[in-house]
Amino acid sequence: MSAIPLIPGGAEQEWHLPSRGRVGMYCLIIGETAIFTIFVVAYVFYIGKSLYGPTPQILEVPILNTICLLSSSVTIWLSERAIERGNMRGFGLWWAITIALGAIFLFGTGMEWYRLIYHDGLTISTNLFGTTFYSLVGLHATHVIVGLIMLTTVLIFTATGHVRAEHSERIQVLALYWHFVDAVWVVVFTVVYIVGR
Amino acid sequence: MADSTLPIHGSLDLTPPQEREQNLIEILHSWVITVDHKKLGLLYMIMAIFFLLVAGLEAILIRIQLVVPDNHFVSPATFNRLFTMHGTTMVFLVGMPLVFAWGNYIIPLQIGARDMAFPRLNSFSFWLTFLGGVLLYYSFIGGPGLYGTGSAPDITWWAYAPLTLKAFSPGNAPDYWALALLTTGFGTLGGAINIIATVVSMRCKGMTLMRMPLFCWLLFVDAALILVTITPLTAAQVMLLIDRYLGGHFFDTQAGGSAVIWMHFFWIFGHPEVYVLVFPAFAIASEVIPVFSRKAIFGYPAMVAASVGIAFVSLGVWAHHMFTVGMTSAGNAFFVLSTMLVGIPTGIKIFNWLATMWGGRIRFATPMLFCTAFLFQFLIAGLTGIILSTGAWDWQLHNSYFVPAHFHYVLIGAIVFNVFAGIYYWYPKATGRMMSETLGKWHFWLFLIGFHVTFDTMHFVGFEGMPRWIYTYPADRGWQHLNLVISIGGLIQAVAILVFAWNLISSLFIGKKAGNDPWDAWTLEWITPSPPPVYNFATEPVVHSRRPLWDLKHPEDPDWKYD
Repeated sequence: MSAIPLIPGGAEQEWHLPSRGRVGMYCLIIGETAIFTIFVVAYVFYIGKSLYGPTPQILEVPILNTICLLSSSVTIWLSERAIERGNMRGFGLWWAITIALGAIFLFGTGMEWYRLIYHDGLTISTNLFGTTFYSLVGLHATHVIVGLIMLTTVLIFTATGHVRAEHSERIQVLALYWHFVDAVWVVVFTVVYIVGR
Repeated sequence: MADSTLPIHGSLDLTPPQEREQNLIEILHSWVITVDHKKLGLLYMIMAIFFLLVAGLEAILIRIQLVVPDNHFVSPATFNRLFTMHGTTMVFLVGMPLVFAWGNYIIPLQIGARDMAFPRLNSFSFWLTFLGGVLLYYSFIGGPGLYGTGSAPDITWWAYAPLTLKAFSPGNAPDYWALALLTTGFGTLGGAINIIATVVSMRCKGMTLMRMPLFCWLLFVDAALILVTITPLTAAQVMLLIDRYLGGHFFDTQAGGSAVIWMHFFWIFGHPEVYVLVFPAFAIASEVIPVFSRKAIFGYPAMVAASVGIAFVSLGVWAHHMFTVGMTSAGNAFFVLSTMLVGIPTGIKIFNWLATMWGGRIRFATPMLFCTAFLFQFLIAGLTGIILSTGAWDWQLHNSYFVPAHFHYVLIGAIVFNVFAGIYYWYPKATGRMMSETLGKWHFWLFLIGFHVTFDTMHFVGFEGMPRWIYTYPADRGWQHLNLVISIGGLIQAVAILVFAWNLISSLFIGKKAGNDPWDAWTLEWITPSPPPVYNFATEPVVHSRRPLWDLKHPEDPDWKYD
């Protein structure tokens, strides 16, 4: 007898509850969304309020970066599908491509910042635009870095054979985080490079 | 033991626990490395009570300073530090740990689970919160920093810009403040995620959402509110640190930054925070009042709906802290109306608790005494809240002692009273022994009298125009008699707290044995032994109604027949 009914004759019934991993990750995403919202509000509130230059016109739209990051959502979805079907080679391949795309994005952001700092003379303390730009884009980049560390950890364990098909649930929970990081970029991109420029 | 006749033996492992003698180091070590929800719940509780005593001592020092006009008991700088540390400690190191003390200890027991959803995250969250407390209090010695100025933050607990900027607050005290709040903030986020995942994914068979005890519902809504409440504060603290360390300009008015946006960011956190703190009090009342009235809770679905309603409305009222800042009349009107709207779901709750008591066979044990006082005091706190929500009134009363009188009515009159109710109610479960009823009644009446002497009087000194935060006041303003009364009330409360502390400790050794179910209650935690074993339930329970233990005790008239 696996369970003691608290009343006699209580019939066994179907009892399914959502996965706690998914619920936990969705909660984290809601909390993170609130953090990003505050930074986005600060960015929008301070558009055009800098007392001196440089202004957002010096920004170049990072099209290649955006394509890389957004397509990494597709590749991670492909790897999720692969591990669900037990195709570990396909999983590892798509997972590695996801990491590469994320790394390209991060490298592109680094190049952009290098140009802004050394060519345009914009740092976080230059003016309000610098403060809000580096903190909002930097907050997102921090999330990309954290995501890449977690994805790379999984890749290492995949290479050593520790990640198996039965872990697909956990992989999908981690992938949720990566999808979130991509979705946030859509908002950051729109606010910083389209609305604010 | 009334429960010994109940047919629950099959659900319990009755073999006596094989306890090995442990030395002190082993016991301490087991508490540090624990991932057990009950031990973590107790750790949160011990932390909260410790900091309650610390911040209470700070309040007493404040009251000694204000007891007579032109007093110089502490220096003006120390006075600023005292009220900053008092507020910060009470909110972040007492109120928030209490949420998780209750959530951790009670929720898994009430929903028939063996632990929280993420036990290791749970432990991590506790130690982060604890580290935040250590950081904040380290500022007393670490605060001078490289510049030798300041010790402990003196920026008030809402830390308005631009006072917090490097130019106006040199030294490291504000940094300890910001870092402590960041750290406890992450701990809080982890705890909230855990509560939600536990409630959603760990319920035992038959425990549908609408059969869940209201206690779990309220903490579930509370955790959801925390997700979107504590995170804006985290974001604001990051901005503050960027301003202070990297030369940013978020709140730097000389570079075009706005001091008002800090107020918005802070109160977007700060107002829902009040509801985050009060929900565990509602949760306790929703357990204690039915059990001691011998009636099922009145209007369960309405209670759930009202809780969710309060959570939503509370997110849209924050700028009622800012009527005096100078908003547009449309902005003022919006926040007046949204604030008044909170009164509706809160009123529903009060009426439902009263209706639960109505016609019941009320047993005034100590937990019920505290809950009854809570109902009256929370009503008055709500009414002064409606007064303050009226923008024009607020212009008159803002920054006067009327405001601390109002929110201490909520924080002490509602929250602390119910925390005491909860401690008296669940202490037998956690320790296996009852707390002394005689000392409990002394504690209740002393605390009740002290509370009203202090905070009823504080309203009047506010009407007479005494501003908050002032270090001292001249004798010719006519405030000295009322201030003397307020301080005497503070001392009475301190005596009550000492009685409580003595009761808490002595009952551990000389308290009457409690048995499993000393209150003849109806929720699942009372079928486990007191204290519950590590695994809580030897086998997973199955429930068929909101009151599984009622069904068990009254097989001829079970609740599930009426659901």
